[in-house]
Amino acid sequence: MERESAVACHDVTLRLGDRTVLSDISLSVAEGSFVGLFGPNGAGKTTFLRALLRLVKPVSGDITLFGQPVARGNPAIGYMPQSRTPSGAMLTGRDLLASGLSGAKWGLPWVSRAGMAEIDAALEGVDAVALGRRRLGALSGGERQRLLIAQALLGSPRLLLLDEPLASLDPARMREVALLLRDVARRLGMTVICSAHDINPLIGVMDTVLCLARGRARIGPVDEIVTEPVLSELYGVPVEVCHAPSGRVLVSADGL
Amino acid sequence: MLAYDFMRMAFAASACVAVLAGPVGWFLVLRGQSFAGHALSHIAFAGAAGAALLGISPLAGLLGAAVLAGGAMGLTGRDTGERDVAIGMVLSLAMGFGVLFLHLMPRPAVTATALLFGNVLGVSGGMLVSLAGAAVAGLVALGVLSRPLLFASLQPELAEARGVSLRLVSTLFLMLVGAATAECAQITGVLLVFTLMVGPGAAAQRLGLAPLAGIGCATVLALGEAWGGLALSWWTDWPVSFWIAVLSVAAFLLAGLRRL
Ligand SMILES: Nc1ncnc2c1ncn2[C@@H]1O[C@H](COP(=O)(O)OP(=O)(O)OP(=O)(O)O)[C@@H](O)[C@H]1O
Ligand SMILES: [Mg+2]
Repeated sequence: MERESAVACHDVTLRLGDRTVLSDISLSVAEGSFVGLFGPNGAGKTTFLRALLRLVKPVSGDITLFGQPVARGNPAIGYMPQSRTPSGAMLTGRDLLASGLSGAKWGLPWVSRAGMAEIDAALEGVDAVALGRRRLGALSGGERQRLLIAQALLGSPRLLLLDEPLASLDPARMREVALLLRDVARRLGMTVICSAHDINPLIGVMDTVLCLARGRARIGPVDEIVTEPVLSELYGVPVEVCHAPSGRVLVSADGL
Repeated sequence: MLAYDFMRMAFAASACVAVLAGPVGWFLVLRGQSFAGHALSHIAFAGAAGAALLGISPLAGLLGAAVLAGGAMGLTGRDTGERDVAIGMVLSLAMGFGVLFLHLMPRPAVTATALLFGNVLGVSGGMLVSLAGAAVAGLVALGVLSRPLLFASLQPELAEARGVSLRLVSTLFLMLVGAATAECAQITGVLLVFTLMVGPGAAAQRLGLAPLAGIGCATVLALGEAWGGLALSWWTDWPVSFWIAVLSVAAFLLAGLRRL
């Protein structure tokens, strides 16, 4: 497989305040891959994604996306942040998506008919057309999240950065959203980096695993990383990886 | 009532004020920054009292103090918890200075009443021109700012990732709030700025309209309340600010009823 790398980091060190979050990490993500991003709380998953958006500047090293240096406001990146601010409770989902459509441009928040059609298509893509008509304040956390996934897909980005898109979804929905992400990514040929805490819903969806812990990064194919020794070392507690007869892999940890 | 020059002036002046206060108020409510708006009105009071003491036009004092203070507020971070305390401190200090300036003035009572409760019936031709100028400038600025402002208000992290400078947007917006506050203070007085700024915006938010429609609705409400207040005051001879306050609260309550 000779593919251009979507993300390439060379000796990147990321620091927040006086805390070094990641030190000297080098990795590359092949275009078209679906990367699961894991690591304990505070490991630097959000910081890493923000560095790809140039919201955090590396103190050393360089990051390139599709061969270009990272830049603020890159339209080729779709992003779903981790913290979901609940303002605008009286607005509808479509209003929310409309506000982000070329939302960085000066002017009136006017959305053309073509823009509205794009929003409807994005909502349809994640089966959220009905949600788009409801008020944000009346949506459950998981429903809101599906809207935000639709928003991240707007403009058909080449690289999709999702910060815990599966958090606060019920187990069935988690799997459903994970499969949906996989299908959309395949259909549009997107590269996805998706952070999560629960490995199970992403089994069969992701093809690459990126682990962050104690300032270091480790990347590899799923069957190399989702193993008892690697995960136990990563989380610092014994982790069990069971291969069910159905072919599913189940991960569970003691003391987590 | 339109036969009198001072009434025509008052209607024109309150129209200028309402068309700026409505849209700015809608964003103020959306962003949950009404407290900052409240503080700006008090700072504007200190500015106006200071200007009156120095013999400058109080309107210039109102505008200058509120716009500068808005800019300063925007530049000093966005940690809301701490910021509310900081705003509260500055607000008290501003009120304190306002009281001092009044104390040093030869006829404090007249100035104080006009500043605190408004003086829409005493608008001169020159003032009308300044009010209209500030309203047009404010509307143009808001027109340019509104798209990134809406995005940054609803989804700050995402807006930042797409290249919106949160600090710039928030600073420019607070300066606009300052301008709108100063304008309102002319009509309703410093103490009742909320009635024209936050009242219409909050009522429009309650109706659950899409952003542009909501902004339009807030503008119409602000205009209706200001003109309604003037008319009612003409017939009853009670203060304009009183009627605007009553209409503003009534609109807010009615907007809530519609949702039930
Ligand atoms: N402004 C800051 N100054 C100093 N340290 C910070 C700052 N913001 C975050 N940190 C620290 O940086 C580290 C990385 O944070 P980050 O949000 O990237 O973690 P995460 O892996 O996304 O965690 P979670 O799973 O909880 O979302 C954390 O230890 C956090 O305490
Ligand atoms: Mg995080």
